[in-house]
Amino acid sequence: MDDVAIRVEGLGKRFRLRHTSSGPHYRTLREDLLGLPRRLFAGLCGQRDGREEFWALKGVSFEVKRGEVLGIIGRNGAGKSTLLKVLSRIIDPTCGEANVQGRIGSLLEVGTGFHPELTGRENIFLSGALLGMRRDEVRRRFDEIVAFAGVEKFIDTVCKHYSSGMYARLGFAVAAHLDAEILLVDEVLAVGDAEFRDRCQAKMRNVVESRGRSVVVVSHDPALVRSLCDRAVWLDGGRVRTIGSASEALHAYYESRLSETGRITDAIERIAPGFVIERVTLNGSESRRVLIARDQRVIEIEVVGTLSGCFRVALEVRLYDSSGAVLAFFSPGHDSGRVCDYGAGPFRLFYKMRLPRLLRGDFALALELTDPNIQGWVTFGQSIHLEVEGTNVGSGILVAGAHCGWQMLDCAEDSERNEVQRSDLDPGSLNSIDALDTGHGGLQS
Amino acid sequence: MGLSLPAVPVFRIRARSGWAALNLAEVWAYRDVLWMLALRDIKLRYRQTALGIVWVVLQPLLAGLIFSVIFGRFAKLPSEGQPYLLFVFAGLMGWNLFNGVMQRAGNSLVAESKLITKVYFPRLIIPLAGALSALVDFTVAMVLMVVLLIVHHTWSGVWLALLPLALLVNLTLAVGLGLWVSALNVRYRDFMYALPFLLQIWMYASPVVYGLSLVPVQLRPWFALNPMSGVLEAFRQALLGASALDGWTIAATVCGAVLALASGAIYFRRVEQEFAEHL
Repeated sequence: MDDVAIRVEGLGKRFRLRHTSSGPHYRTLREDLLGLPRRLFAGLCGQRDGREEFWALKGVSFEVKRGEVLGIIGRNGAGKSTLLKVLSRIIDPTCGEANVQGRIGSLLEVGTGFHPELTGRENIFLSGALLGMRRDEVRRRFDEIVAFAGVEKFIDTVCKHYSSGMYARLGFAVAAHLDAEILLVDEVLAVGDAEFRDRCQAKMRNVVESRGRSVVVVSHDPALVRSLCDRAVWLDGGRVRTIGSASEALHAYYESRLSETGRITDAIERIAPGFVIERVTLNGSESRRVLIARDQRVIEIEVVGTLSGCFRVALEVRLYDSSGAVLAFFSPGHDSGRVCDYGAGPFRLFYKMRLPRLLRGDFALALELTDPNIQGWVTFGQSIHLEVEGTNVGSGILVAGAHCGWQMLDCAEDSERNEVQRSDLDPGSLNSIDALDTGHGGLQS
Repeated sequence: MGLSLPAVPVFRIRARSGWAALNLAEVWAYRDVLWMLALRDIKLRYRQTALGIVWVVLQPLLAGLIFSVIFGRFAKLPSEGQPYLLFVFAGLMGWNLFNGVMQRAGNSLVAESKLITKVYFPRLIIPLAGALSALVDFTVAMVLMVVLLIVHHTWSGVWLALLPLALLVNLTLAVGLGLWVSALNVRYRDFMYALPFLLQIWMYASPVVYGLSLVPVQLRPWFALNPMSGVLEAFRQALLGASALDGWTIAATVCGAVLALASGAIYFRRVEQEFAEHL
């Protein structure tokens, strides 16, 4: 038997975009009927209407071996999700083909087909059927699913009364018990608490190793790709840039991300409704490339924008090395419970962050505005390229055991500057938090 | 690889061109999904409405009563020698089934856009599940009809054997048109608003509150071109043993229903692959 689970050859997907001035647009019958003469005329004259073609995938070829976990990495809009949708048969490719050996289970969302008005039990059967399980199969594994999700007590409760964590756990539990030879997973592991996330990853590893299944996983999280995947494909603009071991592909990907330029606000990957971000500066500059001296330990981050409602907002920062591994995490919201509620109107966040002692080299910062532990609002991805200058004494991070875990970063102690910042503000119109940590600077691990 | 490994299904994902085969075998393979979706619709409807099953009984009964007061008592429309309530209720049963299937199947794809963009299964299942859930209302109405027939001591005898056939033709027509509407709804969102209006007009163009016998003889062949004429007259013939059903009407109705289902299925298959992109 062939040891290839999926063979993708020259796969391409073309979308046609319509240009409209006002937001999302649905075609209407009225427009099509009224526009018919014009389109006929345009067709006769050889003109094309205002549609633009866009190749979400082009000439994509790769193989997924049996018993392998393949990661798909790449920036937003690189075609990762489109690829998963084509492999899941949700959308048809425009050209090329994929040969699939085995039953495919696709997990493009947590709780496929879940309905809030149904009970946990009913949702398990519905979701199981949608994912491709036969009814007796669901029945056989029912107890296992419920136990994995840990919702035994609430199994006959209507799901709208579940906490979001329970909902997500039950959703993943159904999918995790799917007996498919190939699993397609789209970032769904990014839900739930850390303990459950670990359990999901362990479950996936287990499935792959013990039963020779294959998994294709799309992820933004380099740590997950590194720990879970054997190989990875880097997609860029719908094309394959690199195929190789997970660390090779990640390295190539982060090299390229580090060389990007532009403003930090251009790098917003996801923004919740109600948020408008006007300006993000790092040490006073809006550029995504930041040069700092080796002995410069404190950086200042300012976020200015407008809210259209009440939100609890705090800043989180992750520091990555050039291969995409997380080095450190800065979040006063998690660390000291410092969060702020902002009303509708303009808002401003200002933090001083104490960096670990970095040696010369390239690093990346990812910013995120969140309600800590509850919800993410605005995600900037690994968008800031931090270049550390200095003499050539090797490069990297100068902390023993840096690869043994993340470090928590502290706010910088600098009360004088904060006073100045505060007096700059018009207290009537501007919400603001000025991070002020009087605790000792430096590192904690 | 172990010898005990079951045969793995192999398939090829590629661009589909033009007119694809209907692939009913695949729909059959996914029959659990059809069943679970229909079951969900039924459960939700009875769970979310406070009156639940009472509402389903009350709706056709009230409509029947209102129609018999206005059209039976005031307008004095003829009713084939039967009490007008029975006459109009038999027609309403047929019409409500058609109407229910059209509406549920018609809006089903847009309503399930979240599923369509997140998981694969034959899309045909979605409107079919909608149609299946509409059959529950019909069953309730049927029970009500039996009660009315007993109360009025009416019995159509052997004509009752016609009922399953009338039901089949009704469903064929409704599902066929429902497939058209559901697919058109995905492409043209304004279709959703036009549908109730069109159905309203269609109801008065069909013999629901009046019998086909009321239509002048020279116009009847034209009336028969509306397949619902034949369907509704067949319901009356089966339940009450009297109607103005004739050979031409039957032929036109059956042809219309088969044509609707065949064209609906073909059109649905043709545009099916675009659903996930439009929604």
